[in-house]
Amino acid sequence: MTVTTGSTDGVEKVDLVTVTIDGIQVSVPKDTLVIRAAEQVGVQIPRFCDHPLLAPVGACRQCLVDVPDAGNGRGFPKPQASCTLPVAEGMVVHTQATSPVADKAQQGIMEFLLINHPLDCPVCDKGGECPLQNQAMSNGRGETRFEGVKRTFPKPINISPQVLLDRERCIVCQRCTRFASEIAGDPFIELVERGAQQQIGIAENAPFLSYFSGNVIQICPVGALTSAEYRFRSRPFDLVSSPSIAEHDSCGSAIRVDHRRGKVMRRLSGNDPEVNEEWITDKDRFAFHYANQPDRLTYPQVRDEDGSLRPASWPEAFAVAARGLRAAGSSAVLTGGRLTAEDAYAYSKFARVALGTNDIDFRSRPLSAEEASFLASEVVLRTPSQGAVSFSDLESAKTVVLVGLEPEDEAGAIFLRLRKAVTAGTTRVVSIAPYATRGLTKLAGELVRTAPGEEAAAIAALDVDADTVLLVGERLATSPGALSAAAESGARLAWVPRRAGDRGAVETGCLPNLLPGGRPVSDAAARVDAATTWGVDSLPDSAGRDADQIVAALVAGELGGLVIGGVDPDDTSDPAATRAAIEAASFVVALELRETDVTRAADVVFPVAPVTDKAGMFVTWEGRPRTFDAVFSNPNSLPDLRILAGIAEELDLSLGFRTVAEARAQMEEMGPWDGARAAHSPVPTSSTTGDGLAVSTWKLLVDNGSMQDGDKAYLATGRAPVARLSRSAYDAVGPTVTLTGDRGSVTLPAEPADLADGVVWVPANSFGRGVLADLASPGSRVTVKGANQ
Amino acid sequence: MAIDDKTKSELREIAARYPEARSGLLPMLHLVQSVEGRVTSEGIELCAEILGITAAEVSGVATFYTMYKRRPVGDYHVGVCTNTLCAVMGGDAIFERLKGHLDVGNDETTEDGKITLEHVECNAACDYAPVVMVNWEFMDNQTPESATQLVDDLRAGKEVQSTRGPKICTWREAERVLAGFPDGRADDGPAAGPASLVGLEIAREQGWTAPEANNA
Amino acid sequence: MPDTLTPVLTDNWGDDRAWTLASYAARGGYSALDKAFAMDPDAIIAAVKDSGLRGRGGAGFPTGMKWGFIPQDNPKPKYLVVNADESEPGTCKDIPLMMASPHTLVEGVIISSYAIRANKAFIYIRGEVLHVIRRVQNAVREAYDAGHLGKNIHGSGYDLDVVVHAGAGAYICGEETALLEGLEGRRGQPRLRPPFPAVAGLYASPTVINNVESIASVPSIIGNGASWFSSMGTEKSKGYGIFSLSGHVKKPGQYEAPLGITLRTLIDLAGGMREGHELKFWTPGGSSTPILTAEHLDVPLDFEGVGAAGSMLGTRALQIFDDTTCVVRAVLRWTEFYKHESCGKCTPCREGTWWLVQTLAALEKGQGSEADLDLLLDQCDNILGRSFCALADGAVSPISSSIQYFRDEYVAHLTHGGCPFDHTASTLFAAEGANA
Repeated sequence: MTVTTGSTDGVEKVDLVTVTIDGIQVSVPKDTLVIRAAEQVGVQIPRFCDHPLLAPVGACRQCLVDVPDAGNGRGFPKPQASCTLPVAEGMVVHTQATSPVADKAQQGIMEFLLINHPLDCPVCDKGGECPLQNQAMSNGRGETRFEGVKRTFPKPINISPQVLLDRERCIVCQRCTRFASEIAGDPFIELVERGAQQQIGIAENAPFLSYFSGNVIQICPVGALTSAEYRFRSRPFDLVSSPSIAEHDSCGSAIRVDHRRGKVMRRLSGNDPEVNEEWITDKDRFAFHYANQPDRLTYPQVRDEDGSLRPASWPEAFAVAARGLRAAGSSAVLTGGRLTAEDAYAYSKFARVALGTNDIDFRSRPLSAEEASFLASEVVLRTPSQGAVSFSDLESAKTVVLVGLEPEDEAGAIFLRLRKAVTAGTTRVVSIAPYATRGLTKLAGELVRTAPGEEAAAIAALDVDADTVLLVGERLATSPGALSAAAESGARLAWVPRRAGDRGAVETGCLPNLLPGGRPVSDAAARVDAATTWGVDSLPDSAGRDADQIVAALVAGELGGLVIGGVDPDDTSDPAATRAAIEAASFVVALELRETDVTRAADVVFPVAPVTDKAGMFVTWEGRPRTFDAVFSNPNSLPDLRILAGIAEELDLSLGFRTVAEARAQMEEMGPWDGARAAHSPVPTSSTTGDGLAVSTWKLLVDNGSMQDGDKAYLATGRAPVARLSRSAYDAVGPTVTLTGDRGSVTLPAEPADLADGVVWVPANSFGRGVLADLASPGSRVTVKGANQ
Repeated sequence: MAIDDKTKSELREIAARYPEARSGLLPMLHLVQSVEGRVTSEGIELCAEILGITAAEVSGVATFYTMYKRRPVGDYHVGVCTNTLCAVMGGDAIFERLKGHLDVGNDETTEDGKITLEHVECNAACDYAPVVMVNWEFMDNQTPESATQLVDDLRAGKEVQSTRGPKICTWREAERVLAGFPDGRADDGPAAGPASLVGLEIAREQGWTAPEANNA
Repeated sequence: MPDTLTPVLTDNWGDDRAWTLASYAARGGYSALDKAFAMDPDAIIAAVKDSGLRGRGGAGFPTGMKWGFIPQDNPKPKYLVVNADESEPGTCKDIPLMMASPHTLVEGVIISSYAIRANKAFIYIRGEVLHVIRRVQNAVREAYDAGHLGKNIHGSGYDLDVVVHAGAGAYICGEETALLEGLEGRRGQPRLRPPFPAVAGLYASPTVINNVESIASVPSIIGNGASWFSSMGTEKSKGYGIFSLSGHVKKPGQYEAPLGITLRTLIDLAGGMREGHELKFWTPGGSSTPILTAEHLDVPLDFEGVGAAGSMLGTRALQIFDDTTCVVRAVLRWTEFYKHESCGKCTPCREGTWWLVQTLAALEKGQGSEADLDLLLDQCDNILGRSFCALADGAVSPISSSIQYFRDEYVAHLTHGGCPFDHTASTLFAAEGANA
């Protein structure tokens, strides 16, 4: 159903330049560097500082080549660094493959690099995958002529809680510092000292706290940078690498999962020029231990007569679940936003076919009816292949407007792509936000200072043209009228949710108003189309309850049963109400990875497979499908869809699939809805006023989310929770404040920021059980006072 | 030690001399040294804050240039040129003598906090070799004996005159001038030392001149 | 045929309070300014081109041509940056010039800035010369007070501001792009070229960077005419220059003469070598230029002549060493200097100088074998032309040239088991009977 991959970019005309490298003529685009032109003819010139995504620097000099003709009939008298030399028409290049001069030059550089490099390859993490080691073998001399004293430094120092630096191994290629300043915009590591003592360093009391810090480990061409998390844990040649897709946000970043004997040892960035290029966030890199915590569920459980949960066989659990749901009467489905599209599809079909309801919602967070309408009319089925906004569009757009979205925290690959665009000078970023964040500053962005609730007016006031891209975050659901204003803005629009499974859940109909493939529940033809595919007589025709309504209906006894998977009550609009609903439900079937408040309250608990144990697909914010295969084959670890199929079978129904492949085939067979889209029902803005401060909040990249459990070093890199206040409010209440809202009080260090008076910002899930559980309901206000007042 | 508001405003004043504020960093660090006696992390953080860059970026600069000191410098920084020409002409002997006399090693400060001894690179006074610099003022044509006398005089608080400049000020005062805050001593000392004038004097004796202007 | 010595820049150094505006003006200073303002800027560039002035900072690039590279259709501001980071061992001409007659430089800055249409100029002076910085700061202030700087200079409608910027100790900042990095408040590490500073220099704007002596020569060229300047010197090396003699001559000092003068003449003028000693080796233009020997006494000291002799004219920093000097010791010390001043950016310079020092230090102590000389030469071969900038090229110059001329002396260290020279004998005070 969903989507096909492919770029919308037209083929651009490029000027070609013909050069001769090692006797082979090759035509490459103008401005191509010789080192990359050589790759076209199959010659790998050794290199260290060169990186295709970093500006050329020419520092290591390893890539020297002989250029007998620069294209003007004259040669260079000395070897040239091919990583900084652009091709010229008629240029003749001799690499180490054909030129003794180039070969000797390269061997000479290699020898210099090695005189001060320790011979600790046998204990170095990089050994076996080390560009220095490899190229020393391919382009170096076998024996050293250096008999002097090597430069030494104390062995590794922490440059952050996660990243360690071994200065002896460093060849000061500057890849890491260039990444930090050029790509991430976090120049907290710098070259310090000079000459032979030159090294990478941080300032006193200022560690390398970048959300993207792990990338420097990956691009380090020696073993100088290692992570506390992976250091000394494995040898590269003992690892099996599997490509996958990161599950932490809606960017769909390509990753590589390195594993050994059934255990993930580390994760690296994959290389996907259309999506995340070669970079990932530290969350995507380091947050994978959550799947191996002691509270991981490994077998089904059913609630015994004594009220306790006891282990059960899979068939028994399926039968108990089916019996319970049948007995519960009306039932609903709540899924979190973490599901693969196939699993989401299974929930969607299960709700309609097995439970006969449209009471299903993936939005386990503050939501609105306006949002559901917006998703049906403006988001579902839109894909880059049909002209929807893509990552590369962010680079070509003149202006990108962010509303309700803080990309550095919520969609790291978007942040990096925007930074690339801004650095290249092609794109201007505007953010409708309560204050200028560090992320926005790094994007040289323009702030449209906006209090929560005023986003609709700010969007309406934008000067927008067809070259403007408007990225709206899921948080806009809580700002009445904002999504409607976005829909009417005339800009190219994209909705950026936080979770990897959110967009797939929209596509597969985990919404009360949408069936899979964008079929509106309200459209009889669409219902018939879906029913026909599924081989059922009819589908429920009334729009279902959204998540908040499901919770209310359970509490009110209007609903009896609940199938719930991947929901953390503390993420929901009203955590206490969600817990109460689970308590009130007559029968709860929980599908979960780990033991949670939900599983403890459930009647049947099914363990589900983590992403490593199953194939699947995430759909990016762009609408791009990102499929991945299982990393491990673990027969006891079942995807949600297999469990739902098992329950359905006990209800004497067949969902028509038991495997991911079968589900995916059915989804493709069903295809996208080709009828009319649902129209958006605009909602007017309604400004909230009242006493106290409006609360602006979002989740920081590194926070208390349960999928970040298990890596202390990673968690230590997070930003400490603070409350941000306007300068005048800060001056009035001082450095520590107590905020009190309708759900509780919290005391936090405060920081002044360029917020409007009357607004406070707090991180959503960095203290206690988070803002929604412990401080304030969505859209409500809080009071602030100095902690000592 | 806290850097006071006057210094902070002077740091901003330096940054404002330039079309882009970061250009002020080198003189700003000189000013930090004039106040703090070295480059402190407080000074680094302050420069970073004023310039809107990271402390790591300032550190990178502060550790690159050899005039920036991370350990406290004495009232008088005594630099003995030991680059080849001065070394051969006696700089090595002077440096050895001073190390022994002051009982310090290279880049160390005497216990009384008066003298920091360092061997320096060529200071562009080769025609006055061997050269010693005191707080970056020229002390030309030194010998081990004259250099010993020089440091003794400095430690004793006697007035010492540069051979081509004014009375020696303190290192911190010198750093302030380098930060671009003149001390009014520009008119002290001669226009040129004897060696600078030897060619001119011969030309005068011989009646040699450049050709007459041909105002074509 | 001009006279043997031709004082122009040095001509007023002996004047009473020569550094003051009053003294400079009294002998016609700042009169070239009005002449310049009466000319079209392009005509000034043409005059400097016609004069044949080549950069006095060592490389000898034609100054007028450099100015001509400034793209005048570029809307960005243009900048003039004066390279007053005189740090090349042996070089000691710009420092006395700025101390004695800073106004010559300031006048040159004004005319040069006017020519390239810059309204802002910077004088980047190495930080280790406090009194020179005072004098230049003072001269700039005097020039502002007298209306030679600031708005609408001399009623010309032309505005110029000058900032005196003190460096902080880095030889590499004499390299023009490293200097720009320093001036932008960064680590002084050379930039990738292209783009060249003429196109994207300071703040990525078109920038001319010239040596002090080059800029100071401009008022005389404009005041006296291009052909006056080019009547001095040799065919391709026009004009006068300051020759700085140091070391074992009787009268070390500054000798301003037309390019093409020989060291023999200069040593004669300097009263000859130290009593009882002979010339052993010398640098024509600082330590980065390959050393020469007595056989090169009659080489014309111009760009072509010295080049033909296997070295470079450089900064005319003539460091003269007599037969008491150990060449191995001299070269080791220079190599230590380059190691100390290597910026660290590129491998061959950073690591190569580290290794060279160790090899040379062993040889100086008489350790190692003759094969180490070949190893040393091979290291030099692997450095020369392989590094990011010319610093490392300079570092290998003294090594390869000294092995070329004095291989036996290296070997003598090995056979002698150490340095065969009495280092005391080469000191200034040895001749006076003093002892270290």
